Amino acid sequence: MAGDQGAFDRFVEVFHSKIFQYALLMCGQREDAEEVAQDTLFKVFENIDQLREPERVRPWVFRIARNACYMKRRKSVFAPTQELSLDDLLPHSEQEGGHRKLEIADWSALPDDQVLRAELRDVIRQAIRELPEIYRSVILLRDVEQLNTDEAAQVLDITPESVKTRLHRARLAVRQKLDRYLRTVQSGGKER
Amino acid sequence: MESGERQGDCKQVFALLSEYLDAELSPAGCEEIRAHLAGCPPCIEFLESLKRTIRLCHRSESAEAPPLAPETREQLLAAYRKALRGRT
Repeated sequence: MAGDQGAFDRFVEVFHSKIFQYALLMCGQREDAEEVAQDTLFKVFENIDQLREPERVRPWVFRIARNACYMKRRKSVFAPTQELSLDDLLPHSEQEGGHRKLEIADWSALPDDQVLRAELRDVIRQAIRELPEIYRSVILLRDVEQLNTDEAAQVLDITPESVKTRLHRARLAVRQKLDRYLRTVQSGGKER
Repeated sequence: MESGERQGDCKQVFALLSEYLDAELSPAGCEEIRAHLAGCPPCIEFLESLKRTIRLCHRSESAEAPPLAPETREQLLAAYRKALRGRT
């Protein structure tokens, strides 16, 4: 980051919002997310001289944000780790006319991604929020913030293989919740 | 009627779909998945729903971050300038 006011403004504009979004889904409380965003920015600017590889700024910032979230969590309810079972996340199938058919919603009926409805956005965010923390932290970094596998592993202090395993289960769990939502909508609210 | 063996293959494919979508599988692994998908419409349907989930997650950011108070912004800028001075 160049040492001028413009670079500072651009950095704050981009990262303040990103850290807030991340912290909101990690911590669950708006007040906590605001504090995490501010604390993270202070730590980032106080230690900017320690950033040796500017191209790795995103994992560096999110690692600081992740630690700030953990500090908040210690002050609130500590949720024990829950494992997600792959078998529980796969759709049921049935035989129909000699062919196997999955019991899944009609995903083609989803609105265009560009005009994501507020209700659907809430369903997705709720699904992410309800994930056990070890999965939530991975999907937020990989799919919401689009860090790559190695960067996410660096942020979370886990192996790239663990990132891949947790990410897949997190995606399947969110997919399952979205599928249930779509089926409910498509059946006129009768299905649950 | 599809065999139990075929469904077993589907389960193996399900387990690898994220790595397949992220281009993190070996070329041989990708080829196996492609070969399975070519003859398995249910797995294609599932893959599409997973792809859509990933895209929706990326577009799920909604809540606006509250603006930083002017004094907080000043303090951040001061910390930034101090750190830069320490570097030179």
